[in-house]
Amino acid sequence: MITVTQLIKRFGPKTILRGLDFHVEQGEFVALLGPNGAGKTTFLRVLASLSSPTMGKVQISGYNLPQQAAAVRRRLGVVLHQPLLYGDLTAEENLRFYGRMYALDNLDTLIGETLEWVGLANRRRDLVRTFSRGMQQRLSIARAVIHDPDVILFDEPYTGLDQDASSMLDDVLRRVAAQGRTIVMTSHDLARTADLASRFDVLSRGVITASARQGEVGVDNLLAFYREAVNGK
Amino acid sequence: MESREVDKVDRVDRVDKVNRVDMVNTVDRVDRLDKSTEKSAITDHQSPITNHQSPITNHQSPISNYLRALTAIIWKDLAAELRSRELLSAMLMFALLVILIFNFALELNVKERQNVTSGVLWVTFAFAGTLGLNRSMATEHDRGCLDGLLLAPVDRSSIYFGKMIGNLVFMFIVEAIVLPVYSLLYNTNLFHPGLLLVIVLGSVGYVAVGTLLATMAVQTRTRDILLPILLFPLVLPVVITAVKASSGFLQAVDMAEIWPSLNLLIVYDVIFVALAFMFFDYVVEE
Repeated sequence: MITVTQLIKRFGPKTILRGLDFHVEQGEFVALLGPNGAGKTTFLRVLASLSSPTMGKVQISGYNLPQQAAAVRRRLGVVLHQPLLYGDLTAEENLRFYGRMYALDNLDTLIGETLEWVGLANRRRDLVRTFSRGMQQRLSIARAVIHDPDVILFDEPYTGLDQDASSMLDDVLRRVAAQGRTIVMTSHDLARTADLASRFDVLSRGVITASARQGEVGVDNLLAFYREAVNGK
Repeated sequence: MESREVDKVDRVDRVDKVNRVDMVNTVDRVDRLDKSTEKSAITDHQSPITNHQSPITNHQSPISNYLRALTAIIWKDLAAELRSRELLSAMLMFALLVILIFNFALELNVKERQNVTSGVLWVTFAFAGTLGLNRSMATEHDRGCLDGLLLAPVDRSSIYFGKMIGNLVFMFIVEAIVLPVYSLLYNTNLFHPGLLLVIVLGSVGYVAVGTLLATMAVQTRTRDILLPILLFPLVLPVVITAVKASSGFLQAVDMAEIWPSLNLLIVYDVIFVALAFMFFDYVVEE
């Protein structure tokens, strides 16, 4: 589903990703762990086709980036730090706008069902700027899945959420994963990702330093696994 | 030395324990959440997108999809502005203040007023336009919405043209309000079809290059300062030609003298739109 080979990303003289190799099978939920500045967001932006690789090969659903970016974008849902929503539009208007950008049919039905799915049906006509951070994040997920993508990328989706909002987001993420979609989620919150992901990859200093399936590394050993991957101890 | 290392190991052990407790708490929390799903705000409704029959309509032609994306962006900009009125009110206030200040500062007689009218008008439009361009792109950038646009599977030129046409509509609205106010204040008739044509052509050139540069400037920390610094030197030929053509119409000179300026304006418009079309992809590329 996702194959990355020897990916290098440079910004001027600074090298962020240094020959990164990464492979994800269909239906996998990969938690991409790593300390701040490891290159997680940069890597996700390359996968999202928002940033071009300096060198290396990136292939998603059989399409190469950046050459076949439009085909990749059609199959990709992305949830970033920021909600990518317009505060002066209602929840429904935001989804309608993105629906038109993706040339979707039956938008009225689709918007209603998607809003109900993320628990925002009763707020569909409210302006997004009146939403809490947690509600915006759920609407952001609705925006990311409305076109039925095969692959969904999440960049630190729990940032700025309180306990209740985080629990609610856990629930939404489980539902997204249960649909058999391929998910890559960056995080530095081990506790949150521990029982959501089916695989844990550690990105440190621009490369994947360790990878393990949930069965191979238990919830209790995840911290030790992470430490070893980051510090090499 | 040894005791310091022992302390360090103890500290690491304590952190390990705290993190394990956090993880156990997470598992407990998730279990509780699973048991009380009926209380959750999220319904157990079957997802609309589980059957993997993509709602994306591939049967539509690329041109139809292109126009759909373009009109979606224009509609979105107009709908958001209708609610907030941030952009239009700022542009309008600024434009009205500029013509008021010129009115009191210059204290001209009727004939002199006619001579300076086109200059004052275009200075007003250019300054107010910069405010609008900056604000329009800042809305996209501040909430990451520009990324949202770039993630859509559409030709990126449709994003440029959508934003450009939106900005042009705001510019026309401001011009439509400024013109009668100016006519009243300066006691000059500005409702000349030729002048309106010059305003349309000049605004297209100004907004074409302005939208491209605003997209570039908004990604920097000094966007408010950077846009006018980049824009004014580039747009100077359009403004000078527009001032010349406007003066020609206002002073009722022979059409033969005005045609070269009009032709030049059309050429500038075509060049600026073509350049923006070619470079927009590079400007938004990371």
